[in-house]
Amino acid sequence: MTFSLKDQAAIAGIGVTPFSKSSGVSELSLAAQCVVAACDDAGISPGDIDGLVSYTLDHNEEVDVARAVGARDLTFFSRVHYGGGAAVGTILQAVMAVASGQAENVVCYRAMNGRSGKRMGQGVSGQIITSSYIHYSWYMAYGMLVPGSWIAMIANKYMHEYGVTREDLGRVAISQRNYAQQNPRAYGYGKPLDMETYLASDPIASPLCLYDFCQETDGGCAILVTSADRARSLQRKPAIIRGVSQASTRGQEEMTSFYREELTSLPEMQLAGERAYAMAGLGPDDIDAACLYDAFTSEVIMQLESFGFCGPGEGKDMVRDGALDRDGRLPNNTHGGLISEAYIHGMNNIAEGVRLVRGESTGQPDKAVEHVLVSSGVGVPTGALILGRD
Amino acid sequence: MAGQPSRIKPPLGPDNAWWWEMAAEDKLGIQRCRGCKTLRHPPQPMCGECRSLEWDAVEASGRGTICSFTVLTHPQFPGYDYPLVIVLVDLEEGTRVTSQLVQCDPQEVDFGLPVEMVIHTDPDGFKLPVFRLTGATA
Repeated sequence: MTFSLKDQAAIAGIGVTPFSKSSGVSELSLAAQCVVAACDDAGISPGDIDGLVSYTLDHNEEVDVARAVGARDLTFFSRVHYGGGAAVGTILQAVMAVASGQAENVVCYRAMNGRSGKRMGQGVSGQIITSSYIHYSWYMAYGMLVPGSWIAMIANKYMHEYGVTREDLGRVAISQRNYAQQNPRAYGYGKPLDMETYLASDPIASPLCLYDFCQETDGGCAILVTSADRARSLQRKPAIIRGVSQASTRGQEEMTSFYREELTSLPEMQLAGERAYAMAGLGPDDIDAACLYDAFTSEVIMQLESFGFCGPGEGKDMVRDGALDRDGRLPNNTHGGLISEAYIHGMNNIAEGVRLVRGESTGQPDKAVEHVLVSSGVGVPTGALILGRD
Repeated sequence: MAGQPSRIKPPLGPDNAWWWEMAAEDKLGIQRCRGCKTLRHPPQPMCGECRSLEWDAVEASGRGTICSFTVLTHPQFPGYDYPLVIVLVDLEEGTRVTSQLVQCDPQEVDFGLPVEMVIHTDPDGFKLPVFRLTGATA
């Protein structure tokens, strides 16, 4: 289904900073100033911003700008490539976002120290201090250099708060490894895992140990998306996109959202879920199976709560009840997931969602699968997808 | 510093250099909005509450409690001591900071324990604020 973008959106405000050869401030400061100026021009609060679009060449990350101006939860963020050719493209992104309801107030920005900093015509001209580089430096200086270290900080707090045990994490790892025994594509195929082996594995970043981590994989995965009508005319049973969303919430950092008042949930995942459910007109009770992003085992348990399959702190109880297994309430990562099939950055979890809807998974549950929930990365601005059987 | 691997140094820009300069003077800084007086960390060029670009800094007492922690054992990078105890500290001023716990058996670290800031100095002279359990001695 398509619809016209005509008359769907408008430009309501413009904002600029002073133009000079040497701003004397960071590029992030310039971005924050012009974003706020555009809001002032339109007469809205920067607290009403829920979408940001920029160029891939821009050094100012969307979440850094959002924190700088005190934006509310973000529900649309995008980059357009190809240098200056992106200019009109950023507007198109914003119009589509607005017309389709992804966001209400989308600000497109480009902010650069194009003379005193990185000069476009000179290529690399020394060390560029980007907002992303500054962000990660708060952790690198102390030795938090890898994803496991960042995720462990949240996992430890969550487990302490709700009495989640190492055995609970092990149950996730073992459930997915069990699925991999039926999946010849999987790393874990022919390599079963038991609790004794799991608990004896080497510590990496407490409380996470070896088997809590996903694989490292050479490989690729592609997903063809087309109109539902066209998909119906093709060879395979379509997996209808019932709902899809992006989300980032207040205080978001990339991997290190450590400064929120409460660290024991995944608010961006919760928002992504709420929006995907709302678009689809469905709720957690309608979801028959899932592919919850699983770079680390702890993330799977937390997401059961984010997506409303249980209340806060009850994820461990679902896992103990076998909910993730083939005959459970929510068969999850039936291919083995990123932990036991392959780490293709979540694309292979989307492919598995399609297989589940088609009824073709090697870990296919006996029950009918009408709707499958698939999620994007944890600890970062993320998204959720609900696939349905036609 | 050939032959002497050191920790990865932060880049110093307009938004963060002042914090490390305070550390070099043995102080733990907290950014404060001049408009609405809100304290914030990590530092930002603009206040997310009132959008003021004007800010100054206060010196933290260095006292706080452990909000969360992780003990890093693998992989090990040159310039850091392992096992490396990383802590989130809720400062008594109300902001939170990511840092390292020193002078502590990794088995002893726990949620809610009171900590105090001490300045760590690398062999190359680089200084950074770290924490120890309150009352611990060197």
